[in-house]
Amino acid sequence: MKLKQLESLLGDLQQFSNPKVELEQYPTGPHIASRMLYTAENSYEDVSGKIVADFGCGCGTLGAAAALLGAERIIGIDVDPESLEIASLNAEDLELDIDYIQCDVRNLGWRGQVVDTVIMNPPFGTRKKGADMDFLSVALKVASQAVYSLHKTSTREHVKRAALRDFDASSAEVLCELRYDVPQLYKFHKKKEVDIAVDLWRFVPKRNQRMGI
Amino acid sequence: MRLLTHNMLSSNMKGVSNGFPLRIEVEKVVEKQVDFNPDFLKNMFSKVHWKALADASRIMGYAELPEEADRSMLDSDDFLRKFHHALLELHLEEGALVCPETGRRFPVNKGIPNMLLHEDEV
Repeated sequence: MKLKQLESLLGDLQQFSNPKVELEQYPTGPHIASRMLYTAENSYEDVSGKIVADFGCGCGTLGAAAALLGAERIIGIDVDPESLEIASLNAEDLELDIDYIQCDVRNLGWRGQVVDTVIMNPPFGTRKKGADMDFLSVALKVASQAVYSLHKTSTREHVKRAALRDFDASSAEVLCELRYDVPQLYKFHKKKEVDIAVDLWRFVPKRNQRMGI
Repeated sequence: MRLLTHNMLSSNMKGVSNGFPLRIEVEKVVEKQVDFNPDFLKNMFSKVHWKALADASRIMGYAELPEEADRSMLDSDDFLRKFHHALLELHLEEGALVCPETGRRFPVNKGIPNMLLHEDEV
């Protein structure tokens, strides 16, 4: 599938109808989602034929992108039942077969590295400090092959240090810098729309950790 | 919920040392057909906890998986098709997953397991 085609399919997905600020629910736009998964597939072969988990899946844009690029199985995990409802409707619209688990990613109980690839647009931790690092820590225990994630560019050094030193990643690489459009979703947003600089990361976990988490 | 998901999930409550496998309570099972992909299954075989899958599929009403399995069986198309059916085509649509240590029930509604913990369980 061409990048443009992927982006256009993702553009039709329904987004949060009633976003919850405490969960930092911001939609992952089709521009970013398509590039993230397109890179994962075409540069690293981390999608097609794989088991992919979408952490904090929200309305399921990243998972849908993985499915469109041929992931064998996709599991979306989110704490919010309304998001999972929208995500399943989105999957149905595109005739995609995606599994869901309602769970706080930070408390996920998982038997070792059964999933190949984790994709996520985590809460950046503007409401709950360190939320994105909590997600990353779990992702690096669950994935056997790679973790793709977005983090604010302003936290680049911190993310790298935490991944390599605290979460035992064997590599942590910024693939590109993207502009994340934040629409005026919440009352405390003063401006109509702002964009912030985010990094698209690829982390490689240490192999063969078969213990539970 | 597919048995693939069941084969990964474990109870992560405070104080639980081995939350895997979760016990299954069945109210409703549905079957959905999935394309057969032998390469994927062969790759999955080493990652799957066989006993948990065989036991779970039996509880879901499918008794065709052997108690034990080894790699040599992957040459058999018949075996792969049964493995495929158990792992990917059986869905727990309504029911519950139960923590093997504490007996805490995690409900499964419309095929989605609810693994949310209460504050005092984290």
